[in-house]
Amino acid sequence: MSDEIKYSGYLCTGCGIGDRLDASQIEMIATREGKMSACKSHEMLCSKEGVEMIRNGIDNDGVTHVMIAACSRRAKVEAFNFNDVAMTRANLREGVIWVRPDDDEQQETTQEMADDYIRMACAELRSSKQPAPSGEQTLNKNILVVGGGVTGMTAAIEAAKAGYTVHIVEKSGALGGWASKWYKRIPFKAAAAGTSNSRTADLPQPIETGVDEMIAAVEADGNITVHLNSIVSKTSGAPGRFSADISTESGSTTTENFGSIVQASGFTLFDPSELSAYNYANSADIITNAEMEELAKAADGGPIKRPSDGKEVQSVAFVQNVAQSSDKKGELPYHSGIGDLIAIKQAIYCNDLNPGCSTTIMFDNLRTPGAAGEDFYRAGQQAMITFTKGIVSEVVAGDSPTVKFKDLILDDDAEMACDLVVLDVGMVPNSGPDPYAGIEDLETGKAGGESEVVGDAIEEAAKAAPEVSVDSILNLGYRQGTDLPQLKWGFTDSHFICFPYETRRTGIYAAGPVRRPMDIKQAQDDATGAALKAIQALEHAGSNNAVHPRVGDLSFPTFRKEGCTQCKRCSVECPFGAIDEDDKGFPMYNESRCRRCGTCMGACPVRVISFENYSVETVGQQIKNVEIPAEFDENPRILVLACENDAYPALDQAAISGEEVSPWARVIPVRCLGSVSISWVTDAMSNGYDGVIMMGCQRGEDYQCHFVRGSAMAAERMAKVGDTLEQLGLESERVVVHEVAITDIVRAPALIKEMEETIDKIGPSPFKF
Amino acid sequence: MNDLNTNMIEKYRNSFLNEVEANVEEGEWVKMCMQCGVCSGSCPLGNAWEHPPQELFMMIRAGKREEVLSSDSMWMCTSCYNCIVRCPREVPITHIMHGLAHYARRLGMEPKEQPTAKFAQLFWDNLMKKGRVNELKLGIDLYFKVGEGMKTALKNKDIGIAMWKAKRMNPMEFFGGHAVKDLNGFQKAIKKAEELEAARLDKHKA
Repeated sequence: MSDEIKYSGYLCTGCGIGDRLDASQIEMIATREGKMSACKSHEMLCSKEGVEMIRNGIDNDGVTHVMIAACSRRAKVEAFNFNDVAMTRANLREGVIWVRPDDDEQQETTQEMADDYIRMACAELRSSKQPAPSGEQTLNKNILVVGGGVTGMTAAIEAAKAGYTVHIVEKSGALGGWASKWYKRIPFKAAAAGTSNSRTADLPQPIETGVDEMIAAVEADGNITVHLNSIVSKTSGAPGRFSADISTESGSTTTENFGSIVQASGFTLFDPSELSAYNYANSADIITNAEMEELAKAADGGPIKRPSDGKEVQSVAFVQNVAQSSDKKGELPYHSGIGDLIAIKQAIYCNDLNPGCSTTIMFDNLRTPGAAGEDFYRAGQQAMITFTKGIVSEVVAGDSPTVKFKDLILDDDAEMACDLVVLDVGMVPNSGPDPYAGIEDLETGKAGGESEVVGDAIEEAAKAAPEVSVDSILNLGYRQGTDLPQLKWGFTDSHFICFPYETRRTGIYAAGPVRRPMDIKQAQDDATGAALKAIQALEHAGSNNAVHPRVGDLSFPTFRKEGCTQCKRCSVECPFGAIDEDDKGFPMYNESRCRRCGTCMGACPVRVISFENYSVETVGQQIKNVEIPAEFDENPRILVLACENDAYPALDQAAISGEEVSPWARVIPVRCLGSVSISWVTDAMSNGYDGVIMMGCQRGEDYQCHFVRGSAMAAERMAKVGDTLEQLGLESERVVVHEVAITDIVRAPALIKEMEETIDKIGPSPFKF
Repeated sequence: MNDLNTNMIEKYRNSFLNEVEANVEEGEWVKMCMQCGVCSGSCPLGNAWEHPPQELFMMIRAGKREEVLSSDSMWMCTSCYNCIVRCPREVPITHIMHGLAHYARRLGMEPKEQPTAKFAQLFWDNLMKKGRVNELKLGIDLYFKVGEGMKTALKNKDIGIAMWKAKRMNPMEFFGGHAVKDLNGFQKAIKKAEELEAARLDKHKA
């Protein structure tokens, strides 16, 4: 292939585009103003023949840059899939004809809109390059699993089954984790379909943990290497080329290379020693739910004996929800969710192992999640467990511990002496130190803006959360800290709504109770998912493209070294900690850690960061190539920078639903609002646009941003744009930032309308030529 | 306190729920109640009950033996079966209410002067005589032993006369009334049943 560049435009006249718009004028604009060598049209460009026409141009006419003027870039992506050229799309269908009324009066402005979108797409194309892989990345089919409990073992077994090699690094001297101490596990299958309500129905019962079988499977698997008594003392690199130092207790260290990492570091049980009301520390017969498992396991099929004097247990009280969902300092602000299932399971043990034993579960809200949940509750009722809705005020230590409680159903203050009291305590995640601890609270408070109270509540919750272990788990050599960032309460989550498996470190997946409290079954499912994600990450790294969320994206950020001032903004503001710094303070991009959001590009004050097909120039040229009518035309222009993840699809959907969009709007999709360069806004203003609207995702605590912090970063940066506007002598109302959800199909066009009204009020921009 | 009651307390020292399971009709279902309260909300006479069914079940589980058995709540049940129809767990609540009332009566713990209890006894005694309910005598007994005697009788005289004319009630029944074909056999069967029941209860004394 020669290095010669050839631009070519293709116009679709189907879906009403040809009827509503002047095709010959569009072709003329594409060739004369847009500098396309030709602009061919087809009545159905996405058809086999249409696609062949484009293909033919690329293969036989030397076309290297393709401009497709048809539907939204979100439509017909399979048909218009030309990875071997640079490509742009002019959105004439959802962007123009579907959002404008079909009448003669509107014809002129509708055509103007279409003409501008052609100019924009051509301008974008002329400043784009065909993305090509860097070749920096390699394929490494080796996976590091940190943690040898149920989660870690499941991830290892699943990955090994798929043909990948795995190293398990386990801190303790044995595999199995907590679950190896359990007597039995919570059932996960509901009763058979059609099981009656009968009191003798066959209902789910506690089942074997299966941990021993798992350990045997791990040990027998040739693809799995186990490192016991070991920690990960250093991790560096990126997906496809991670390097980890595995250090044993005795001090020896081995270095292994990995394609991706699963962190299954599990949980620690909440320690109730400090809770004065429960007297946990003052009686051997007041125990935690984990200790109850150990007692049942130790009984080995015989009767459960209480710890103090070995008496066979004849009455047990289960005190639920101890220090969970609490707003008190030092207690858990969340609920572990499975505590009631555990209590039912253990009460059934007592009935089975100690005939005639009376068991009482004192709950406030009985929660039995999972497929077996309600059936398991019924199984507990069958086993004659007494479920008492009540609030326990005190557990008194003594020969027989006494539980004092208020019975909420009978409205009685009651007490009950029993042989054994079991406290339902929660799970605390084993996370490493949060790279953003401290900073994040501050920013959330600031970015939230609307409500001081929300910010305060978050801070309160952060204070209330107990100290989690602060030993680093991964010891990452990243610019932004040693471990996975935490979302809330110490859990290493990233986007629980859209991307439940992702963390904020590409190629490193948290699984199991370090992500959120879960039982064995949930942890196994979670681990299987994490193993698949780990495989996906290393395979994509191996084929030199993005894994998530812009799957398959070949573009990656690069910077012009001569222009870089080493200000470190990109490396500090990257939401994924992808960017390190070299010895001289220049950024190192680690493209396989990168999610291609462009937040670094938006951050760069000297505009030296760019992607081949997305840069300050590609968007800047689109802005500059819109035709700005002279002031006396009373034709305002509104620039809309819409996040391609939520706002742009919302506008597409508005078009599909028949909503109208202002004819003065020119919408440019951006990868993330975080990638928006302030220069685009100032350029737009000085070019005579009357208003600029930025549409990003919800930010703050319940953020919806695909890139976690992009939207928040943009809001922060744009907060300062008012000063710039003032210097230009412009009203600050001309630039607004909105949070738009993908469902805002009525609101998004209304926001544009709102800007139209604002411009009506404050008058046209003084910068028109 | 009668002997039977003392024996029951001894036997089920730890758990009233176990006692109910063993001795109350459909008592094995009490443990399956999930305290949703649909029964209590469905009962047309709900506001006349000191402890609605769901609360009685909780009291049984909480071991409140004395309070449950001497309560007049379950005597309020009119067997409309609304609760059974609506119970999401299909607990036979109506049957349990009657079972509880019956068990309380056997133990001699039912509330004194409880009209439903008194009427039930009248009905039983009436039935035992001839193997058939003598409605005329039952009505008269009801007026004089539970109601306000002559005053209640006179209030209902028009209904009585209408029933006589429609041949739904025969005044001659007052002098004995009709019986089942094999009265002797009927009484023997009842006697046998009473013996079996007594033997069952005797086991608790051991």
